[in-house]
Amino acid sequence: MSLDSKIPHGEMDKKWTDYKGHVKLVNPANKRKLEIIVVGTGLAGASAAASLGEMGYKVKAFCFQDSPRRAHSIAAQGGINAAKNYQNDGDSVFRLFYDTVKGGDYRAREANVHRLAEVSAAIIDQCVAQGVPFAREYGGLLSNRSFGGTQVQRTFYAAGQTGQQLLLGAYSALERQIALGNVTMYNRHEMLDIVKIDGKARGIISRDLVKGNLERHFGHAVLLCTGGYGNVFYLSTNAMGSNVTAAWKAHKQGAFFGNPCFTQIHPTCIPVSGDYQSKLTLMSESLRNDGRIWVPKKKDDNRKAIDIPEEERDYYLERRYPAFGNLVPRDVASRAAKERCDEGYGVGTTKLAVYLDFKDAIVRYGKTEAGKTGNENADHNTIVEMGKEVVKEKYGNLFDMYEKITGENPYEMPMRIYPAVHYTMGGLWVDYELKTTVDGLYALGEANFSDHGANRLGASALMQGLADGYFVIPYTLGNYLADDIRTAAIPTSHPAFEEAEKKVSDRITQLMNIKGKQTVESFHKRLGKIMWDKCGMARNAKGLQEAITEIQALKKEFWSDLKIPGDINEMNPELDKAGRVADFIELGELMCKDALNRNESCGGHFREESQTEDGEAKRDDENYSYVAAWEYKGESDWQMNKEPLTFEIVKPTQRSYK
Amino acid sequence: MEHYNMNLTLKVWKQKNTKAGGSFETYQVKNISSEMSFLEMFDVLNEQLITEGKDPIAFDHDCREGICGMCSMYIDGRAHGPWTKNTVCQLHMRAFKDGDTIVVEPWRSAAFPVIKDLMVDRGAFDRIMQAGGFISVNTGNAVDANSLPIDKKDADAAFDAASCIGCGACVAACTNGSAMLFVSAKVSQLALLPQGQPERESRVLNMVAQMDKEGFGNCTNTYACEAECPKGISVSNIARMNREYLKAGLSTEE
Repeated sequence: MSLDSKIPHGEMDKKWTDYKGHVKLVNPANKRKLEIIVVGTGLAGASAAASLGEMGYKVKAFCFQDSPRRAHSIAAQGGINAAKNYQNDGDSVFRLFYDTVKGGDYRAREANVHRLAEVSAAIIDQCVAQGVPFAREYGGLLSNRSFGGTQVQRTFYAAGQTGQQLLLGAYSALERQIALGNVTMYNRHEMLDIVKIDGKARGIISRDLVKGNLERHFGHAVLLCTGGYGNVFYLSTNAMGSNVTAAWKAHKQGAFFGNPCFTQIHPTCIPVSGDYQSKLTLMSESLRNDGRIWVPKKKDDNRKAIDIPEEERDYYLERRYPAFGNLVPRDVASRAAKERCDEGYGVGTTKLAVYLDFKDAIVRYGKTEAGKTGNENADHNTIVEMGKEVVKEKYGNLFDMYEKITGENPYEMPMRIYPAVHYTMGGLWVDYELKTTVDGLYALGEANFSDHGANRLGASALMQGLADGYFVIPYTLGNYLADDIRTAAIPTSHPAFEEAEKKVSDRITQLMNIKGKQTVESFHKRLGKIMWDKCGMARNAKGLQEAITEIQALKKEFWSDLKIPGDINEMNPELDKAGRVADFIELGELMCKDALNRNESCGGHFREESQTEDGEAKRDDENYSYVAAWEYKGESDWQMNKEPLTFEIVKPTQRSYK
Repeated sequence: MEHYNMNLTLKVWKQKNTKAGGSFETYQVKNISSEMSFLEMFDVLNEQLITEGKDPIAFDHDCREGICGMCSMYIDGRAHGPWTKNTVCQLHMRAFKDGDTIVVEPWRSAAFPVIKDLMVDRGAFDRIMQAGGFISVNTGNAVDANSLPIDKKDADAAFDAASCIGCGACVAACTNGSAMLFVSAKVSQLALLPQGQPERESRVLNMVAQMDKEGFGNCTNTYACEAECPKGISVSNIARMNREYLKAGLSTEE
């Protein structure tokens, strides 16, 4: 099958305007007859469901949580980018576009990224109109801060809870449409398959997670807004329920999977403390503005951090990257931490951690405060106390979170941090209209592959989720549905629904009937370990080949020795998890195949075989300037299709932060 | 901080479904690390129960970083357990010591029926939001964000109210099962902002009417809600909502 990305002709900055000017429309009377299924209610799903409901479509929305407000977008901390140029610092649509393509290490599609930058400003307007309480200056206008990979201040934020506030805005719009009867909400429901009729997505099979029964739902189109698949690593900053199942079912029904190996590993997370660990907690990127990262110069140094004198500390980011120092992009910072720990310089009981130290910042701020109050002769302790107050105002909630988890006071002792899986740039392949390779099936937000290339910049995930839901899909979906206005709702007694439900039901029965000895959790942990060790921060051909064999063996063991308690027709969280882990196992194999195929390093994907003399990632544009779009052919069998990437505007260069 | 291991006795509410009656079951867990989170201790217990062929305990949880509002355990008589301004998922086992007996129940409220074990149905909160917890602005209607300056003091107060995670601890902690803190937080946020003015009166009237319809109790100013709120939402929001309600009631009377 050939891939058509349907990028409009014309100049880069006119494509979206031209597209909107010529796209087919659906009149209001016809919209009322068209039904749309939206799976997932994070930023992408809630904004899409609300906007489509406002337009007059009949929408059904699904989430596995007990309320749409709990989708994991809620946990995003730092902010949302937009090319508003409120700071008069030279920002523009072009700069945001350029930074995003470059930050993605030239593995994203230019036209999509340009559109993202174009609609970014309207997102902020929409959110403010909804009552989202962004941070403001004393004059009453919006405040901005800076994030990695940019030289302007374009990040809007609401303390360390930007994702929460944006999601609650989209959620309130969604709840309003529910009240108006335009959207029907299905909480505690999980999508378990796509129903296809004559090659088009025409509905879903879902499971009521409270009662356990299967349901059939028709839709003229189906939108997957189901987030990323970072939990394939078991430990990640994702929520416990975040999963790949909806995207994976779509994949097995013909939707290609784009760049599955592109994973973002965030450098500053609270390290693993033991085998019982269930998830990892992020410490916002903003901390690297003031914190200095170091390890002891001596291997296996067991002294307390505060007992290690200045000259025996290795500020390795400042040493290796004098130009960017502690503010190098996420992929670079993560690899540098791993390198030090692998060499034996790690700290803490597990030796898999580095220090993030605020001592200097506290003194610096303290001196400034002392100066402000005319107290230049203040003693050291007074200065430190004053400095702590400033740091508390800037990062207090993060410091509190760190203390709750570790029991250590980060004002006194440096934080221990280590990289952790945070986001997946890969996802379902979509064209310019966000349509997958299955007609009528769309993917929005983190669930698609389109905008971040091989590395996402901070504060861009929220932007993309809301861009897709508020401002892209309302136009592109109409272009498809305009040809579907004569299709009456198909009754769910249609044989295709019957067959799809039976397939789902058979699989659930098969899972329940294994009646083996090992728990779902134990398999998930083992999968996570294989993925982290061999398809994590550094990858090589030998390790990836081993991982593929190990995952295939794990899959066999899973399907022959899994133990699930309880019954099918009741609430059964272990059964829910089992289905998700079964899909993660299959995805893990594909991720390793993709990583093995891509024998270059780019962004978060680091192949040890492809590095410069001083250990930096080395891209191979000649051979790998393409999107790998994987087509499912059968068990452990995929065919790779290439979408070549051409760069009209932003010419690829080797990234350097030295 | 010194790490230590502990053995514990757990008394946990077990209830098969909404209709069935429930009762406490007693469990023993061993070698629990002081570094574990409370929910990780439950993970250990559930793995143990599954391996022994017993029924694991159903509980709500998702983000495990204190923001999604899904977790909802009533521990030793307190919503979200012994730490203040904290969710269960952020509670760590160093709050307990070897030999402790811990009692764990679901949120208890007529408006939050138990679904299974420690899981309750908080759909009432969504329905209250549907009654008016929004600003009616369709996508695409917004003016430039900076065309509407907002006093930083009001913006900050609106943010404080908006930081509610909708977990329901306020209801569980309240002797009357009142949802006033939850409802007033949303009413306050939108009443403080200029964008919220056009629907200011209808919003408070409709949300309060829905709250009453859902069967939540009245507020008798015990302030247990504020004390147990993981986000420290202030009871001053309740006072503001009462004022808003009175004003709206007076001005809409015909």
